[in-house]
Amino acid sequence: MRNIWVVAKKEIRSYFTSPIAFAVMAVFLVLVGFFFFSLISWFNSMAIQMAQNPYYYQQANINQMVYSPLFHNISIILLLMLPLLTMRLLSEEKKLGTDELLFTSPVSVNEIILGKFIACLFVLLVMLLLTGLLSVFTFAYGNPELVPILNGYLGLFLMGGAFIAVGLFFSSLTENQIVAAVLTFGALLLFWIINWASASASGLWQSVLNYLSFFQHFDDMTRGILDTKDLIYYLSFAFFGLFLTHAVIQSRRWR
Amino acid sequence: MIEVDHLTKKYGDLVAVKDLTFEVAKGKIWGLLGPNAAGKTTTMRILTGYLPATDGRAKVAGFDVFEQANEVKKVIGYLPEVLPLYSEMTVAAYLNFVAELKQVPASKKKAAVDRAIKVAGLEPVEKRLIKNISRGFKQRVGIAQALIHDPQVLILDEPTIGLDPAQIVEIRSLIKSLKGEHTIILSTHILAEVTQVCDGVVIINEGRLMASGSLEELSSTFQSKDGLVLKLKRVDEAYQELRRLPGIDKVSRRNGELVVEWSPGKDLREEVARFVLEKGLGLVEMRSLAMSLEELYLRIVSGGTPQ
Repeated sequence: MRNIWVVAKKEIRSYFTSPIAFAVMAVFLVLVGFFFFSLISWFNSMAIQMAQNPYYYQQANINQMVYSPLFHNISIILLLMLPLLTMRLLSEEKKLGTDELLFTSPVSVNEIILGKFIACLFVLLVMLLLTGLLSVFTFAYGNPELVPILNGYLGLFLMGGAFIAVGLFFSSLTENQIVAAVLTFGALLLFWIINWASASASGLWQSVLNYLSFFQHFDDMTRGILDTKDLIYYLSFAFFGLFLTHAVIQSRRWR
Repeated sequence: MIEVDHLTKKYGDLVAVKDLTFEVAKGKIWGLLGPNAAGKTTTMRILTGYLPATDGRAKVAGFDVFEQANEVKKVIGYLPEVLPLYSEMTVAAYLNFVAELKQVPASKKKAAVDRAIKVAGLEPVEKRLIKNISRGFKQRVGIAQALIHDPQVLILDEPTIGLDPAQIVEIRSLIKSLKGEHTIILSTHILAEVTQVCDGVVIINEGRLMASGSLEELSSTFQSKDGLVLKLKRVDEAYQELRRLPGIDKVSRRNGELVVEWSPGKDLREEVARFVLEKGLGLVEMRSLAMSLEELYLRIVSGGTPQ
């Protein structure tokens, strides 16, 4: 446990002593802020129109009209940005030769992988917490429901964790950071839209393709539905990514 | 302290190390010598647990490198050929990280880092980013990280590569000062380094052991003649006279000096000295004909057969 923390601490430090984390976080927050602003403006104008009809006015729901689409937007930004945070994690070690230090230290491969995973999760957590500032305004001037919002954030965090595990895996495959980022992005996008293929599939394949899709599971969570099925999906996805990373590192050493 | 027993490493079809066996006693410095691509780095990587071997065994400080890898990693300090430095960290932060990685207890961490900084002479750059310090200091940071947990065994892959002559001298004396407390294996292709620093050598070529032992042992094994090198004022006269001395097999000129050789087993040093003085040949200098490491190395690597 201590070893995991040693690796994680170093990695967090290197995120924040280089411009990487700041650049990613700044761009992320600008984009999230922009989406939030657009959604709130749209919600305002809709609310004014709806206010003229008592029936529709009942339907105006900030959780569904602002937060649910906002979480979807954030998830797409994460899909684009997290590969940039994960791409260097293992590929850079290999390229610089610092992996020789790590792998000749009394630290196991699992501890190294988990340390790096946790460091990246930490950056993700900071990014998500910073977007919490936006909710200060919605709670100050409106009355959104808290639980669905927390549920949405949990969804983002879990999905981000799965993204990071995939990124870590591709980072272990190559010394080239760009290649790692491109492969990660491609794989994430594919898993995002894999359910599109389910339209032309049938039976078991249809449900398999639907189950594999990031989108399908995330959609439930933004609506405030917390299903263990979704939790298990994200956790097993992350676990599988980390497992593959471990396998790649071990197989490279034994080759 | 270090036992390598029939070690073999293959990368696919390429055999990097083949049936390598040698031992290094506690507290000694041994040089791993060989041309490029001889298998030096691979051998070191196996000893440090970075790479598994295809066949054979190796023990460090009594621990099996393959079965007790974690124990071995605790007692080894390793300076890889490519310095494992994080350029965005300061020297002190980096050494702190390595100390934690090497499981130096929190209570001793500061002392360990301070000691490494002091031993490696890093005080002037302690607070600077690694990317901004000179190559020589980077090399020292590499050595400091290998030393930080005060390991019993140090494995240094080309510790003086890329340094200027003054820095080379400093690093060598640093390595020599570590002898005794630490058992050290260093790889190099600078022969002078071995003569100055090492107690013994392992010479490998194409992954196979060509020779191993202390420098004296090796030169006596590979030297076919004993003899003396004489610097004399009257060289021509001496050249003629010395050939007549009984027991002498060969007298030859080399760089204005005379090389007098006889078969091993005999000791004609006294006779030659007396003869030279009696004949009044103007003796300026006399030394034994020891084979230089260069000659030894070239003979072993080019013509020798593996042990």
